[in-house]
Amino acid sequence: MTAAAIIFYLFALSTIVGGLFTVIARNPVHSVLWLILAFLSSAGLFILVGAEFVALLLVIVYVGAVAVLFLFVVMMLDVDFAELKAEMAKYMPLALLIGVVLLMQLALAFGVWDYSEGYEERLAAPFVLDVENTQLLGLLIYDRYILLFQLAGLVLLVAMIGAIVLTMRHRKDVKRQDILAQMYRDPAKALEMKDVKPGQGL
Amino acid sequence: MVEFFTETSIGAVLLILGQSLLLIVPLLVALAFLLLVDRKVWAAVQMRRGPNVVGPFGMLQSFADFLKYIVKEVVVPAGADRPVFFLAPMISFVMAVIAWAVIPFADGWVLADLNVALLYVFAVSSLEVYGVIMGGWASNSKYPFLGSLRSAAQMISYEVSIGLIIVGVIISTGSFNFGAIVAAQDGDFGLFNWYWLPHFPMLFLFLISAMAETNRPPFDLPEAESELVAGYQVEYSSTPFLLFMIGEYVAIVLMCALVSLMFFGGWLSPIPGLPDGVLWMALKMIFVFFIFAMVKAITPRYRYDQLMRLGWKVFLPLSLGWVVIVSFLAKFEVLGGFWARWPMGV
Repeated sequence: MTAAAIIFYLFALSTIVGGLFTVIARNPVHSVLWLILAFLSSAGLFILVGAEFVALLLVIVYVGAVAVLFLFVVMMLDVDFAELKAEMAKYMPLALLIGVVLLMQLALAFGVWDYSEGYEERLAAPFVLDVENTQLLGLLIYDRYILLFQLAGLVLLVAMIGAIVLTMRHRKDVKRQDILAQMYRDPAKALEMKDVKPGQGL
Repeated sequence: MVEFFTETSIGAVLLILGQSLLLIVPLLVALAFLLLVDRKVWAAVQMRRGPNVVGPFGMLQSFADFLKYIVKEVVVPAGADRPVFFLAPMISFVMAVIAWAVIPFADGWVLADLNVALLYVFAVSSLEVYGVIMGGWASNSKYPFLGSLRSAAQMISYEVSIGLIIVGVIISTGSFNFGAIVAAQDGDFGLFNWYWLPHFPMLFLFLISAMAETNRPPFDLPEAESELVAGYQVEYSSTPFLLFMIGEYVAIVLMCALVSLMFFGGWLSPIPGLPDGVLWMALKMIFVFFIFAMVKAITPRYRYDQLMRLGWKVFLPLSLGWVVIVSFLAKFEVLGGFWARWPMGV
């Protein structure tokens, strides 16, 4: 067994273990931590297939940002664990159904999967050109598929504006800071020196 | 003998282990003295003498502190989540150290010459926040929890502007590789070829963001001793605390290395004609560290809402705008490709 194979099985195992414990961990914070392990291990798998840019993006976006938000929310929730377990039993049949459907879909997809001629060579070297895969990805996204990329950006922008509109409330009864007014305050006008005599006070 | 290290897998593993030790041991020893420099500068600004008891001029103070941390008792709070409680400082330390794997000290003096080195550093430094969050949560105590939330929010906020500033440098270079970034700053005019000149406004934004990202004063709100009793580290003592502290300082020195690689030409000599080398890199890092120490000594601490406002409403738009401007300047090769240093025709 080569070193790459050993590392592959290590990452594969920790991805599966991470995923499994995400589901069965009793403490939700532990669940998120296991999820992070799963993310990191799959980033390792990406590196093994030679997609280092995608791997690092996975780490930056999912582990560095999305999972942190998960962790924030989960940590601050006041969850009753016993109640949560009881709820889980109620939704079990539906969850199982969804799981079975997903599994069937995967089985269907892989059932008709057919490798084209000479796929093994392309597996070993996924990129024909003599260019780093970061540059190649850039050429694809920003050159050939620029319109699709812009469209995806537009969808995200609409989603972001929607989220802001949904959560924004203007409250009139809250005192707001005027940053500029704060910065342009003049100490000479704001401060006043008083000469206080002993035993008298102001 | 050479074949053993290059041909067999065990040899390769041993070679990498040896190289890592060769990197980490000098790094940590240098860190001990940088800590002393930090305290000495701080003391000098306040007209004190600083550490001066252990060894000549207090040179061995850091090692004495190290021993003190090691031999103290490890206290675990009663309601703490023990595995996470001990995992947090380890993550903090490990994440700070592994980022050094891709930092070159001279031409070719690098553990792993990655194509995506800068992205790797960014990814690893975005993971450092986990040490903070986990430490604060696992302590099962209110001060650390609130401290960790503040700290995590701060680190995430300033990561955004750091990322965008890095994008500007990458656009100018056309590569994530540190070797390429430094090579792009090579030229006939010595220090005027370095990126601090074309990316001048971003140099300061990066320095300030780096201070906020590593929880340095004036942005040390997570551990503001006088108000927040040291934030997420409250319940930590002994070696776990030591790991947090070393991790934090290693991250600071890493930022110094990043500044000198990205803006000050890494190992290139500032004066044309003088030989390039590791000495320049070390000098530049120490210079940036001195600036960090001076800023710590002479600036008052920020208020938390001001900190967040600065991150999201000032730095984010500025750095995002700079990305657009640099793209324009690089694409149209303004000033003869001053901002476009990639090999033409690729």
